[in-house]
Amino acid sequence: MIKFLLRRLIAGVALVFVVATGAFGLASLTGTDVVLNIVGETATPAQIAAETRQLGLDQPLVVQYGHWLGHAVRGNLGTSWFTGVPVNQSLADTLPITMSIVLAGLLIAVVLSVALGAVAALRGGWVDRLTQIAAVLGTAVPSFLIALVLAVTFAVRLRWLPATGYVALGHSPIEWLRSIILPALALAVGATAATAMQVRGALIDVLKADYVRTLRSRGLGGGSVVLRHALRNAAPPALTVLALQFIGLIGGAVVVEKVFGLPGIGTLANASASEGDMPVLLGTVVVAVVFVVVVNLLLDIAYGWLNPKVRTS
Amino acid sequence: MTDSTSGAPGGAPLESIPSGGREHVLRRMLRDPVALTCLTVLVLVVVASAAAPLLTGYNPDTSVLTDTLAPLSGAHPLGGDGVGRDVLSRLLYGGRTSLIGGAIAVLVAFAVGGPPGLVGGFYRGWFDAIARWISDVIMAVPAILVMLVVVVTISQNLDIAMVVLGVILAPMVFRLFRGSVLAVREELYVDAARVSGLGDARILRRHVLPVVMAPSIIQAAQLFAVAIGIQAGLAFLGLGDASEPSWGAMLNDGFTNVYNAPLLLVWPGAAMCLTIVALSLLGNSVRDALGGGDTRRPARVPRSRRPAVRTLPAAVSAPVPTPVDAENRPLLVVEGLRVTYPGPDGDRVVVDGVSLTARRGEVLGLVGESGSGKSQTAFAILGLLSPPATVGAGRLDFADLDLTSLDGRGWNRLRGKRIGYVPQEPMSNLDPSFRIGFQLVEPMRRHLGLSSAAARAKALALLDRVGIADPERVLRAYPHQISGGMAQRVLIAGAVSCDPDLLIADEPTTALDVTVQAEVLDLMRSLQREREMGMILVTHDFGVVADICDRVAVMRAGRIVETASARELFGDPRHDYTRMLLDSTLEGAEPRPALAVSGHNEVTEGTR
Repeated sequence: MIKFLLRRLIAGVALVFVVATGAFGLASLTGTDVVLNIVGETATPAQIAAETRQLGLDQPLVVQYGHWLGHAVRGNLGTSWFTGVPVNQSLADTLPITMSIVLAGLLIAVVLSVALGAVAALRGGWVDRLTQIAAVLGTAVPSFLIALVLAVTFAVRLRWLPATGYVALGHSPIEWLRSIILPALALAVGATAATAMQVRGALIDVLKADYVRTLRSRGLGGGSVVLRHALRNAAPPALTVLALQFIGLIGGAVVVEKVFGLPGIGTLANASASEGDMPVLLGTVVVAVVFVVVVNLLLDIAYGWLNPKVRTS
Repeated sequence: MTDSTSGAPGGAPLESIPSGGREHVLRRMLRDPVALTCLTVLVLVVVASAAAPLLTGYNPDTSVLTDTLAPLSGAHPLGGDGVGRDVLSRLLYGGRTSLIGGAIAVLVAFAVGGPPGLVGGFYRGWFDAIARWISDVIMAVPAILVMLVVVVTISQNLDIAMVVLGVILAPMVFRLFRGSVLAVREELYVDAARVSGLGDARILRRHVLPVVMAPSIIQAAQLFAVAIGIQAGLAFLGLGDASEPSWGAMLNDGFTNVYNAPLLLVWPGAAMCLTIVALSLLGNSVRDALGGGDTRRPARVPRSRRPAVRTLPAAVSAPVPTPVDAENRPLLVVEGLRVTYPGPDGDRVVVDGVSLTARRGEVLGLVGESGSGKSQTAFAILGLLSPPATVGAGRLDFADLDLTSLDGRGWNRLRGKRIGYVPQEPMSNLDPSFRIGFQLVEPMRRHLGLSSAAARAKALALLDRVGIADPERVLRAYPHQISGGMAQRVLIAGAVSCDPDLLIADEPTTALDVTVQAEVLDLMRSLQREREMGMILVTHDFGVVADICDRVAVMRAGRIVETASARELFGDPRHDYTRMLLDSTLEGAEPRPALAVSGHNEVTEGTR
């Protein structure tokens, strides 16, 4: 188990490193027009040169990269080119919001996908067919479109929930919940659909397994066998799918945050992208990938915990 | 990320799909109303977008201030948007943007992901390893974030962004191609082709590409939908060329005016939804038409109210007078047991009117070749067959219980408690996710009402009794940590844990090493004697029968052809089939005679 997790951890760190490098490479393709954006159209060439030097953009790319990476490894992602605010500060302000909606979305996806997958697998018939069609639609329709529908229906029309804005958990747990429930739901739909189909398939396979018949031969009723044994054995493959879906959840958050006016990582990334504020944009990419790696590591632990062959090796 | 799965969104299976009969597939699809509707919608979207200049006279990018948020009218069938542009024209031209963008992304994805998938899957080796690693890295990054960086640094043009999106989606195609090629490689005909001197390129073209074709169409439809969604997402965020009309930009405009003109959201939203849904449902229909969909049918757990066995009035044959003598009363009486499965051409009868009795303290061997229906008989007696199997019996009595009238709850009280079951394959009959102790303790707590500690103590004693040297360790172990012989002892311990009256063992030694077989058989015999259980031993092995059976019922093709005491049967087998089975198993027997011994009509009724 330790070895397994260590391997995952190393792979995760390598992933963050590779993605950061790739993003830095891409970002370095930005021309000098960003400097123009910062100093203004009317700046003299001398001012432009000064600003370029100030930002370190006159250095060779390798030097720039080494400088950035050296700081990033020590946890310093630089400062915004435009506002001078440390990137760490901006990320610390925005990350809780994105984490709230993404993790709540993940939780909803876990609960709903298990319930839907189990019902489809156990009931069969039209329930099964209906769930399968709903799952196809759920995976296809992008989350921001669902977010728009939810926002218009429940916030704009019915006014049950706030249309925009975020309330911190520490400030008011109920308002926090009210501010994240719609975005979390919108994000959860796709992951729920994909994972529910995996749960369904795995359950159908497990229910045909010899040990389920033997458990029944011991007089264990359908309910107990299904809930305890079958779901437990169907869980590891579902977790694998969930780990992949989580990446999509983060991507979806970028657009969903805009729909609900949430000042999260996605909004930060979007704003810095439209300005060309590279340190901030790079910071959001790095944080998003670290987030993916951390959550996948947690899912790996859960995978190992559910799978004794991995745990005991 | 954990292990790799089929990469297609929606979990498209990657198994090879028969490439023949494409015309047939097309015809089947056109008869499917869902597929037909989807095709119609897509054709309409394509035609309307292509014919945009003919359908509207407006320039989608021209603002007329007085038309700002104009209502629906003859001049503007869908009204005007937030800056006074004609909505219909923007919708039509926006369709072009979406379709062209989606096409670019899909083409790039196949161009970038396809060839490495083919080569990697075909040759494996270092190239495959590197390609898989790159693919994993790309998949671990949220696409839209990369797109943000790209749009900022490379170009505001969304078409170029779609090229990059194609690269980001390429791993999906890579995994699909690689998986398909791997599957084809396993097929013998590729080896045969290679032996016959075909070059690799030829093999790829002739044998691999046809297999990849069908799933590629499905994958392309799904990726197209994904690309349209992501492109719209970017445009909704306000990225991209503002002068280019797109559904995403329209959604943005509609969202800005959501309080004044909510209809502005409806048009692009509906257009997008229709296109995306049509694409994915069409992909689904193609898969179904090809027979490659998830055809796994739910294996239904019987609902507790339904009897597992139907009474078959017609099947009552030669009723046996119930012995009044309690001492001699059979533990189990089975009459006219029938098990059928629905098949493509009518019901298939696998157990056909089996009658047998089992008595306390006696071992009944149920012998026959594989496929003779002996295991099905055992499962039917245990009420373990679920739909689609149908079980019927003229009579199915266990002690004082009529099993045909039992509901699910009744079965659960009976099974494990009064009838124990020992399966054939030890390793697959223990739940791999739970400790052995838990699997032993659970039924005892339920049936005997024991406390956790008491059940555990009893489990330890049982494990000791079945000859396990270190019961404490085995109790804590997971099934994969013990040997097959030990697992079978654990299963025997589990079967007798609640002191059943009858033990049904289905080939309990077949899967074991020869050295362990005799020990396990001895164990079962001694347990049976010690507890005075009745036992039905299903086997194909006359050696096992000779070892421990008191009486024997010989089964063939779903019927019992002969029942006799073990001594009689070995001494004087009546039925030809029995004789043939004996000849083929006994040591020093003559060479096996031809199998055509007796026809169906020669089968005699089971004697009792």
